[in-house]
Amino acid sequence: MKGNEAIGEGAVRAGCRYFFGYPITPQSELTHYLAKRLPEVGGLYLQAESEVASINMVYGAAGAGARVMTSSSGPGISLMQEGLSYLAGAELPCVVVNLMRGGPGLGNIAPSQADYFQATKGGGHGDYHLIVLAPNSVQELLDFTGKAFELADYYRNPVMVMADGIMAQMMEPVELKDEAQVEIPAKPWAATGMIDHPGSKRIINSCYVIPEEMEAVNIRLKEKYTQITLNEQASEGYLLEDAEIVLVAFGTVSRICRAVVEKARQLGIPAGLFRPITLWPFPAEELKRTTGKAKCFLSVEMNMGQMVEDVQLTINGRAPVYHYGRLGGMVPVARDVLQEVQKLYSGGVVK
Amino acid sequence: MARVIFREERCKGCRLCTAVCPRGIIKMSGHINEMGYHPAAVEEPEKCTGCTLCALVCPDIVIEVEREEKAV
Amino acid sequence: MKKVFKRPEILKDVPFHYCPGCTHGVAHRLVAEVIEELGIRDIAIGVAPVGCSVFVMDYFEIDMFQGSHGRAPAVATGIKRVLPDRVVFTYQGDGDLAAIGTGEFVHAATRGEKITVIFINNAIYGMTGGQMAPTTIMGQVTKTTPFGRDRETNGYPIRVCEMLVPLEGAAYLARVAVHTPKAIIQAKKFIKRAFEVQLAGLGFSLVEVLSACPTNWGLSPLEAVKWLEENMVPYYPLGEYKSPAGGAIND
Repeated sequence: MKGNEAIGEGAVRAGCRYFFGYPITPQSELTHYLAKRLPEVGGLYLQAESEVASINMVYGAAGAGARVMTSSSGPGISLMQEGLSYLAGAELPCVVVNLMRGGPGLGNIAPSQADYFQATKGGGHGDYHLIVLAPNSVQELLDFTGKAFELADYYRNPVMVMADGIMAQMMEPVELKDEAQVEIPAKPWAATGMIDHPGSKRIINSCYVIPEEMEAVNIRLKEKYTQITLNEQASEGYLLEDAEIVLVAFGTVSRICRAVVEKARQLGIPAGLFRPITLWPFPAEELKRTTGKAKCFLSVEMNMGQMVEDVQLTINGRAPVYHYGRLGGMVPVARDVLQEVQKLYSGGVVK
Repeated sequence: MARVIFREERCKGCRLCTAVCPRGIIKMSGHINEMGYHPAAVEEPEKCTGCTLCALVCPDIVIEVEREEKAV
Repeated sequence: MKKVFKRPEILKDVPFHYCPGCTHGVAHRLVAEVIEELGIRDIAIGVAPVGCSVFVMDYFEIDMFQGSHGRAPAVATGIKRVLPDRVVFTYQGDGDLAAIGTGEFVHAATRGEKITVIFINNAIYGMTGGQMAPTTIMGQVTKTTPFGRDRETNGYPIRVCEMLVPLEGAAYLARVAVHTPKAIIQAKKFIKRAFEVQLAGLGFSLVEVLSACPTNWGLSPLEAVKWLEENMVPYYPLGEYKSPAGGAIND
C-alpha cells in the first residue's frame, strides 16, 4: 500500500466519515483516495475553497460530534493555524495530517521536517498544544492515523500526524486488521441541536472576555496538557543499552539513521538510535532513561535544527548535543551522517 | 382596550419608540434607570391603541403589548 | 387582554450589551421569532461571528457555535454536512462577512450549501471602534476614512446580494432594513422565507439586513435611522433579489 492511501484507509477504519481538504502536493493522493473511499462507507469528501475554509469546516463537523480529518502540506498548514488555535481553544477533536515540504514560502514539494517548531510549539496564537505523531513506515501511517482519532476524542484535542513526501509516496506491505465496527465514544458536549439534549443549550466556543474566566480555561487546558505529557510520550530505541553516541531522529530520517547505526557498529563505534514517535509530547522521560551511557547526542533532521532544542532541554547539559541537517528538500544520505558520527567519535567528543 | 408594558430597567433611552408612536404618547422620563438612562414611558395610557409599532422598533425588547381581541 | 407582542422565549432574558439605538437587537428578535414560529428551535444551530454580535451565542437559547473571523459559513458547512436535518444559520456583520470572510460566504453560496446567512450591514466596523467596512458608502466618514471614503484610496462599497445573484447555488437572496416599523415587518417576512428555503432543501439563502450603528456613525439613534434611510437605502435597494422558482415558498 502507498503511504497516502494508508493514511486514508487508517482514517476510514477509525470511523472517520468526513474529510474537508484542499489540493496541495505532496498530499493530493490522500484526497484522491478518500474522494473515492469515503462515499463507499457513507461518508463525505468535500473540497473546500481554501485550507482556511477546510479547517473551519473541520471545526463545524467536530463540534457537531463527527470524527473528521483534513490534510495538507506546509503552506496550507500555515493557513490552518488560526483554525487550529480555535479547535484547541474550543477543545474539539480532529485529525490534521501534515506531509511536510521544503520551505519557507512556496519552497518546493520535496521532503522536509521544517514544520517541527510549528507543530510542536503551537503554530497558532495563544497557549495550546497539538498532540503530534511521527510515523516512519506505511504500517505506522495506517495505525497512527487510527490512534490519532482515539487520542483526539479521549483528550478533546486536535492531533497532527506528521510525515513527508517520501513517506506519502512509499510503497510497503501493510497488515490490515479486520474492519471492525468502531466504537466512537459518546460526546456529551457536542452541539447537535437541542433535540438531542432538551432543555440544556450547548455552545462550541473559545471566547472568554472576562480574564478570570479565560485564565480558568487556560489552567484547565494546562492540566490536560500535563496529563497528555505524563501518559502519551512514545518513542523507540535501537541499540541504546551501550550506546555512547546517540542519534536522535524521527520519521523518514529515523529510517536512514537506523542504517547509520548499523554501519557505525560495524566500524566499532557504539552508536544507537532514539526515535521520538510523539513529537509533542516530546518523549523526554524515555530519552533520559535509556541514554545513561551516552557521551554525545546527534539530532539528525531535515531542517536547520529544530528538534535538537528539545533534545538539549532534555539532556540539560549532561552531554554535548549536536545537529546534522539537510535543508530545502534534501534528504540526508546514510554515508554523510556516518561521516558526521565518525567525526564526532574520532574528534574526542566521545571519551 | 390596549396596554403597553415598558420594562423600564431595560430601556437605554434611544427614543426610537417615541418617534413611531402614532398617538405621540411616549415620552422620556425625567428620572434615571439603573443602567443610567432616561427610560421611555407612556404618558396617557388610555390613548394607546396597541398598534405595536413602538415594540417593533425597540432594539432592547423593552415593550410588551396587550390588546383586547376583536370579535370575529 | 391578549399579549400581542412579547419577547421570544428563544432569547435569553438578559439585557443586550449593544449601544442605545443599535438595531442588532431588532435583528436578533426577528430571527428568534422566525425560529419560534417555524417550530424549529430543537433543530436549529447558529454560528456567531467575530465582532459586536459574537454574543449572539449567549443570547439565543439554542445550540450555538462561535466561529473565527469570517469563517462562519465554513463552520456552518461542517455542521450541516454532518447533521443535514438540522437548520443551520450564521449571523455575521459586514466586516466579518464581506471583508475577511469573502471567500467563505461566496463558496458556501456557490456550493448551494443548505444554510441561512443573516448578514448585518451597518456600513462600519463596530466592535473595533468605527473603521471603514467594505460596505461603507462613498463619502462616509469613519475612523480610517477621516475625509470620507473616496474611490482612489478605498474603491467602492460591495453589494453582497447583487453579487450573489448569478450563482446557481444561491436560492434565496433578499435585502431588508430594520429602521422603520414597515421595514421591520418586511424584514421578518423575508428572514422567514430564507429559513423556509433551507427547510425545503433548496440551497443557500442569505438576508442582508441594513442596520444602524449610532455610536460609530456619530449620530443619535433617531438621526441614525434617518441617515440609514437617506444614505444606505439608495445605495443598497431593499427587496428580494432571488427566490426559488416554482412556488416552493408559500406567499
